[in-house]
Amino acid sequence: MAFWDYANPTRFLKLVQVVLPWLTGLCVLAFGAGLYMSFFVAPEDYQQGQTVRIMYIHVPAAWLSMMCYSIMAVSSLGTLVWKHPLADVSAKAAAPIGAAFTFMALVTGSLWGKPMWGTYWVWDARLTSVLVLLIMYLGLMTLWRTMDDPIKAGKAAAVLTLVGALNLPVIKFSVDWWNTLHQPASVMRMDGPTIHLDILWPLLVMAVAFTLLFFVLHLMAMRNEILRRRVRTLRLRAASAAHPRSAVATAQPAE
Amino acid sequence: MDLGSHAGFILASYGLCLLTVLVLIAWIRIDKANLERALKELAEQGVSRRRPEEGGR
Amino acid sequence: MSPWAIALFQRDLRLSVRVGGSALVGVLFFLAVVTVIPFGVGPDLNLLSRIGPAILWIGALLATLLGLDRLFQADRDDGTLDLMLMAGRPLELVVLIKCLAHWVATGLPLVAAAPLLAVFLNIDPLAMGAVTLTLLVGTPALTLIGAIGAALTVSLRRGGLLLAVLVVPLAIPVLIFGVSSADAAIHDPVPFLTPFLILCALSLIAAVIGPIASAAALRFATD
Repeated sequence: MAFWDYANPTRFLKLVQVVLPWLTGLCVLAFGAGLYMSFFVAPEDYQQGQTVRIMYIHVPAAWLSMMCYSIMAVSSLGTLVWKHPLADVSAKAAAPIGAAFTFMALVTGSLWGKPMWGTYWVWDARLTSVLVLLIMYLGLMTLWRTMDDPIKAGKAAAVLTLVGALNLPVIKFSVDWWNTLHQPASVMRMDGPTIHLDILWPLLVMAVAFTLLFFVLHLMAMRNEILRRRVRTLRLRAASAAHPRSAVATAQPAE
Repeated sequence: MDLGSHAGFILASYGLCLLTVLVLIAWIRIDKANLERALKELAEQGVSRRRPEEGGR
Repeated sequence: MSPWAIALFQRDLRLSVRVGGSALVGVLFFLAVVTVIPFGVGPDLNLLSRIGPAILWIGALLATLLGLDRLFQADRDDGTLDLMLMAGRPLELVVLIKCLAHWVATGLPLVAAAPLLAVFLNIDPLAMGAVTLTLLVGTPALTLIGAIGAALTVSLRRGGLLLAVLVVPLAIPVLIFGVSSADAAIHDPVPFLTPFLILCALSLIAAVIGPIASAAALRFATD
């Protein structure tokens, strides 16, 4: 099964070496097309004017912030259930990237909100949920940083990621409820029933471009993570070779 | 092209996104360079990664 | 309930109530938070009575978070946790009983103190009852969700702050429905029962997810 063939880190690194240049090229092309379309092809919105152009980065960033968490949740299942050796590498590498995309979604949302709503921040249900998501990403990253043993940290983070994945729909639901309770129907909705094709196409191209960017960054970060574990294993081995008598560091080959 | 009266907001959001992505890429690349240097140093010290005939993990 | 469960419950309860346990510090902290807030927002009684239920809930959330790091850490330090893992009892049940004992020692005093503190915040009797009831139903959920964070950070020396950061996002739904059902009893924009029943549901969900996830985290932390 191909999925298990790449459980071997060395083989995975070789695959990354082959795939990464192509993926990067595709990503640059998609961004070129997407940026061109969103600035020069897409018309301005009759209500929002030119600010609608912020949507072409805001919506893909928001979509990726969620896709990244899904990938982390699947990776966590991979860690805990299937014990796939690359699963926790994937989850750890995805967390900072997800946090970055969530940050982008928040910043662009707030910059879009200023001309539209008159303030940089409204406690709108979506913005609030995304903010909670950002806090969860940052918490996961901190949990990873505070534990030295990558295997243990990976398992702990996997538990937290899965609990978060179960909780996110509940959080979304309760934030929606809270929002309708406190500020009924003041929020502009952008997923109107009809979205014009001239707007939809640039949006889709930008979404593809962002997704490709995510995979490029994710593969690069995963490669780093594998290298980092190699360095760690080698250092432990060097240390235990230097002091052979002091209780041999039972260095699980944690690369 | 004319971005209208809200040009500042549009450019700021594109700019900040670009900056975030660039920082992310720079961080990953610097991280990689550091790790590769560490690996090289360890190899020079003669720490071998695995005993022969030992499979990955 | 089987004898070992009762014995475990009594042991945990005794440990947290006696010297060295921090059960009553939680109530003191609750009192301190509620006292400090009027200094921040001003002594306007109308404002205080409007945001009173929210203050009580946030105070209870913070006080619960404060006491959580001791939930498994003391047992890990003296090796009891390893014995519990090896004893062959279902760890999920062990965690649930420990949470129950922890809640009786730290959560229940908060609920009992809530009506008293409500007086300071100019909350009328009906709302006082509503807030106390929602706290009674909601604080177990906070303890059970917090147990996940406590189990994840059990091996860390200074896990308390990280625990709070990890747990707060997960506790948001409980806070929202706790405060809004207390508010619903006062201003009734919606019937009281709607958010209250959702709060009950959240507590029940937490009683399932909390022990399972904490038990998994504890197993991984010790092996």
